[in-house]
Amino acid sequence: MSNIAPTAVRQALRQCSRRLSTTSSSFANQAPRACIAPRGRRNYVSESSPKKATVDIESTIRADQKAFTAQTGVKPQDAEMPTTGMSADAMMSPAAGILKQATVMDEGTRPIYLDMQATTPTDPRVLDAMLPFFTGLYGNPHSRTHAYGWETDSAVEQARKHIADLIGADPKEIIFTSGATESNNMSIKGVARFFKRSGKKNHIITCQTEHKCVLDSCRHLQDEGFEVTYLPVQNNGLISMEELEKAIRPETCLVSIMTVNNEIGVVQPVDEIGRLCRSRKVFFHTDGAQAVGKIPIDVNKMNVDLMSISAHKIYGPKGMGACYVRRRPRVRIDPIISGGGQERGLRSGTIAPPLVIGFGEAARLAKEEMEYDTKRITALSEKLSKGLLAMEHTSLNGDPAAHYPGCVNISFAYVEGESLLMALKDIALSSGSACTSASLEPSYVLRALGNSDESAHSSIRFGIGRFTTDAEIDYVLKAVRERVSFLRELSPLWELVQEGVDLSTIEWSQH
Amino acid sequence: MSQPAAFQVRSLYRSLLRQSSQFAAYNFREYAKRRTRDAFREHSTEADERRIQELVQKGIKELQVLKRQTVVSQFFQLDRLVVEGGKEGKQKGNRNDIIRQKDHGWD
Repeated sequence: MSNIAPTAVRQALRQCSRRLSTTSSSFANQAPRACIAPRGRRNYVSESSPKKATVDIESTIRADQKAFTAQTGVKPQDAEMPTTGMSADAMMSPAAGILKQATVMDEGTRPIYLDMQATTPTDPRVLDAMLPFFTGLYGNPHSRTHAYGWETDSAVEQARKHIADLIGADPKEIIFTSGATESNNMSIKGVARFFKRSGKKNHIITCQTEHKCVLDSCRHLQDEGFEVTYLPVQNNGLISMEELEKAIRPETCLVSIMTVNNEIGVVQPVDEIGRLCRSRKVFFHTDGAQAVGKIPIDVNKMNVDLMSISAHKIYGPKGMGACYVRRRPRVRIDPIISGGGQERGLRSGTIAPPLVIGFGEAARLAKEEMEYDTKRITALSEKLSKGLLAMEHTSLNGDPAAHYPGCVNISFAYVEGESLLMALKDIALSSGSACTSASLEPSYVLRALGNSDESAHSSIRFGIGRFTTDAEIDYVLKAVRERVSFLRELSPLWELVQEGVDLSTIEWSQH
Repeated sequence: MSQPAAFQVRSLYRSLLRQSSQFAAYNFREYAKRRTRDAFREHSTEADERRIQELVQKGIKELQVLKRQTVVSQFFQLDRLVVEGGKEGKQKGNRNDIIRQKDHGWD
């Protein structure tokens, strides 16, 4: 700093300091002299105060710092590169240029939640029902000897009834578990192992687009000596009834087909499957985690023998689920968790009353609000899918008719899904199920539909729920439109397509 | 009898809406407002005294839930969503300005 200061100032400073050191009565003398001099009088040489001539170190440093931060504080997105007119950000990496858009909004930085298939926000009414059981009512519902147990037990039974009402079952047929994954494991392994004991039936039928926990349970059973048929699906994601009928053998003990697919939202013809299974005397298990509370379900009308339900997909608490196990005709299963014999001995262990009660309240609300929610979700979903499909080279995955409207899975050709997800970081989305979102593998569900690797890679799932607003859908439509077209502009493939070259005819040179 | 009931209902509607806007979370706030409005609109032509009484009781119960849950929501505030304040807030940086540059040779 000091070397920048003009020499004149430095000299003045030196003189001043010299004078101050020589005259012992420095300020005592100067101050009265300044006072005595008449105000308006001017001399040829007016004296400048020593304060003016000194450099105040502190304020200088501060001014210096300010200038420095003004220089360095320029973020790449604000700096414009000379002669190009592009921001420094976009020059460094094109992706950074678009990502910038996600963060410029002054108000709010939290992404919009549009991944309702992964989980849903807990409804405030559900939390309101749960809170008393987290604070004052802490009894163990299995204690039959005191009032603490009784009050919790009656609330748990009330919740069980709400869940049973939602699917048209009897309260005694509802078994509480820790989630749909446990329910699926319990149903598939339980039924299979029970039949293994009698030693006749050792064949299971499931479908390629099932959730991972069903497929993995089946793989485990294969190791134990069971035979498993993985049914293929058609291009629209539905299974073909003829193939299912052909696959059923005399030794088949269980058919497991999910009601609503978690990735593409197609609704399988559960009625027909149930009827077929009942006529062939095969147990029918369905994973209803994505369906219960969203589409009308009646286990008696659909002839479902076992059904998995999850609480956190219907605006309930996480860590809670249920399994419907039919009593007439009785479905016998070998329990995985054994112990104190709670829940008809099928799933031992103290149940969690706050979660169960939250689940019950969520089920009650789902039943009460189903009509209202469905109307709203359908309208929003139509708006979203119409807006997205209006863009060129986009396609809806899954059957458009047999479809749950809250799940819209769309492929954007010539865009990489992961980079689109990165570009849409202000929207919480996923390209498939949450369980597989850690890996960059293309979704096995979309592969089973016969989509190419590229198409499966470029697919994005939009989940609409009870709390999604119109403004959010508008925002998403605008953001997706802008960023997809930007990413396509970067893609050389898109350039070829625009020129009218059919990509399948190109012979890429061998490496 | 019908006059005080109408007044009561209007007052309940207003307090439900007022309470709804107290939610800190955007989605819950919008949902509560929308649901209140739609529910009152849906039953606006209700004529049965008993049914009206039932619905009013339900509304009062919902109001109590709202009062508790808005407080809980205010305790645990998070950032605002990107859609919030988009209209009233000032926006820095210019969107939509990334145009395709045809000039090559910069790399």
